[in-house]
Amino acid sequence: MKRLLLLAAVLLSAPVLADSRLPPASFADTQLADPAKEAQAKELMATLRCLVCQGQSIADSDAEMAGDMRALVRRRIQGGERPDAIRRWLVERYGDYVTYDPPFGPATALLWIAPLLMLAAGVLLARQAFRKKPR
Amino acid sequence: MTAELGLAALWLAAALALLQIAAATLGLRREGALGEQLRGAVRPVAVAQGLLTAIAFAALLAVFSGSDMSVALVAENSHTAKPWLYKVAGAWGNHEGSMLLWVTILGLAGGAVALLERRLHERTLVATLGAQAVIALGFYAFLLFSSNPFARLSPAPPDGLGLNPLLQDPGLAFHPPTLYIGYVGISVAFSFAVGALVTRDVGPAFARAMRLWVLGAWIFLTLGITAGSYWAYYELGWGGWWFWDPVENASLMPWLAATALLHSVTVVATRDGLRAWTIMLAVVAFSMSMLGTFLVRSGILTSVHAFAVDPERGTFILALLALYIGGALALFGARVGTVRAGATFEPLSREGGLVANNLLLSVILGIVLIGTLYPLLAAAMGTQLSVGPPFFNATAGPIALGLVALMGVGPLLRWRRDDKDALVSRTLPALGTTLLGMAGFFALGGVTRPLPLLGLGLALGLAVASIAPLWRRNLRRTPLFTYGMVVAHLGIAVSLFGMAADSVFTEEKLVAAQVGQPVLVGPFSVTLQGIRPEIGDNWSALEGVLRVQRGEGTPFLLRPQQRFFAAPPTTTNETAIRTEADGQLYTVLGRQGADGRWQLRLWWKPWVTCIWLGGALVALGGALSLLGRLRRERQVRVDPHPTERWT
Repeated sequence: MKRLLLLAAVLLSAPVLADSRLPPASFADTQLADPAKEAQAKELMATLRCLVCQGQSIADSDAEMAGDMRALVRRRIQGGERPDAIRRWLVERYGDYVTYDPPFGPATALLWIAPLLMLAAGVLLARQAFRKKPR
Repeated sequence: MTAELGLAALWLAAALALLQIAAATLGLRREGALGEQLRGAVRPVAVAQGLLTAIAFAALLAVFSGSDMSVALVAENSHTAKPWLYKVAGAWGNHEGSMLLWVTILGLAGGAVALLERRLHERTLVATLGAQAVIALGFYAFLLFSSNPFARLSPAPPDGLGLNPLLQDPGLAFHPPTLYIGYVGISVAFSFAVGALVTRDVGPAFARAMRLWVLGAWIFLTLGITAGSYWAYYELGWGGWWFWDPVENASLMPWLAATALLHSVTVVATRDGLRAWTIMLAVVAFSMSMLGTFLVRSGILTSVHAFAVDPERGTFILALLALYIGGALALFGARVGTVRAGATFEPLSREGGLVANNLLLSVILGIVLIGTLYPLLAAAMGTQLSVGPPFFNATAGPIALGLVALMGVGPLLRWRRDDKDALVSRTLPALGTTLLGMAGFFALGGVTRPLPLLGLGLALGLAVASIAPLWRRNLRRTPLFTYGMVVAHLGIAVSLFGMAADSVFTEEKLVAAQVGQPVLVGPFSVTLQGIRPEIGDNWSALEGVLRVQRGEGTPFLLRPQQRFFAAPPTTTNETAIRTEADGQLYTVLGRQGADGRWQLRLWWKPWVTCIWLGGALVALGGALSLLGRLRRERQVRVDPHPTERWT
């Protein structure tokens, strides 16, 4: 009886398990046969944002949409497309929000230059501190 | 009744904070008997304030552990069917409760300063406690006016809504308090800086008093970050351990600032140099811990770690944040002229190395800050963009490796001035190890990516270099805090090794598994034996039974689960992890496909455990240092060189 109840509980809660009852898209959770291509795909997936999650890449997300995007990336990589091209295609479709690697441009110039500026400013400041002759 | 008692204690604590500010301010202005009496009142008031916050928090724990559903907060965040531990932990797994925990730790820390601090000048201590009360008062106002944790609900619901199941985990029950202790410790260090600025007392005595609090805070921040990272690793179910996520960055930024502060305050304490810079760092570290609280509390940035989020109250915290940081910077600007620059020194010296350490840590801090806030800035200007791992790894990564190289050299430098040739011969073993290691990993390990290769080599070199300060020393007479430094630096080496190894040696296998058919990942053969139902206190689960064998070794079972929680309805992945001496096998059960096969995600992660082991070593090093410093301080009770007299 307890077993039966247990089974019933699990079956009842099954719909919660998946976002929908559809099976996951092929390639969403299946690797490409060619390890080099899979590595390319993985590197790209880690830098694409899952659009419906809270700050996760599509490589680390359980969401259905992330699975679809993983499948898309793997399919296109398998078809011989270059990762840059796939990223560009996704950015055209979803905007810069989709990539964790913000492309250099007017809106992101400050972001990319800031580390160098800070390093230079810090070195100058430190040099000034040393230039004073010790007593 | 308990809830009302807690609320009353909170109001009283707020009133005492106000009294503490008044007594400190007036006491510092008045001379004679009245001034003395006012200043004398500050200590006992601070202790009483600490006790009252403790009573308020105890009341909150009581209503949560007793599942008093007539308290709105309990009804919204707890459930009668939850295990007791998580009922109690639920007290701080929400916005109001976590803020109450914040002020409780702050109040207790203030009381501890009042009770224990005996080395500082009396006026500096009074000013310090005054500053502490100002910080506390803002949070009391926040709690009492916009986040009352003790509000009642009528009629009381029978069961409650439940706590996010992701939080139902022992790691998460203790992770936030650890970070909060760190944040609050930083705010105490900041109060010391304010006290010293107000009484113009910046010098070695003040630095030694502040250093203990910085160290203490830093230990807890290190533990908090390490635990948070491991939690994300095993709970989120994709094998990642750091996501450059806003909430992670919010805890990393105070840690970076505290690390810099820890090193610069040593220069003030030992050589009386870098005074103004150290005060500035205290202001920065405090600002970062406030910003951290703000980012996490307000939910202004989305995050995988954000659980107790409330955008409307963000404005209140933002106002507090602006007030505190603005006030601190204004005070710094007004008083920095009175802080003498302190002793100067040669570039090639221990001090010079510590300046370089501070420079690099500050740049990393700047990078994390701008990367975290840039999406907000861009959004304000009408562009939606994301800043993530590629940015942080490309910018902060190389600088962090530079910092690691510097860590190998710094502790071998002499104070005041050093000789270039002698330094080269002292660092030769570490340099040799680094190059040999890189050559070995390149030729034998097949590591070709430059950053991980450099990381692996530097980790080995730093391990050698961090032990080098003990070379040819009388180990029994070496002070405990030197051991602390050695262990902490060694911890960084261990952690770096784990990170680099994880990034190049991890093997991933994603398969649709058929029952009985073995899957190979790394040195393991994994066979799905079947799927069984499981049931717990407030969840049910599907459990995959995996039979795992490493080579010809003894087989063992791993049981990853898909867990279903009813209140609130959620599914979580419970990973099953096997820890071996040289890494971890990480297994996750996914969905069932249309063909009846089960999705399995398997990772073999060589040396990944080093990441958190290293973090624990760093914290242990901090603890040894703290013990060593406390012991030394007890020997030197009275400051023999009062630096600047207050006027």
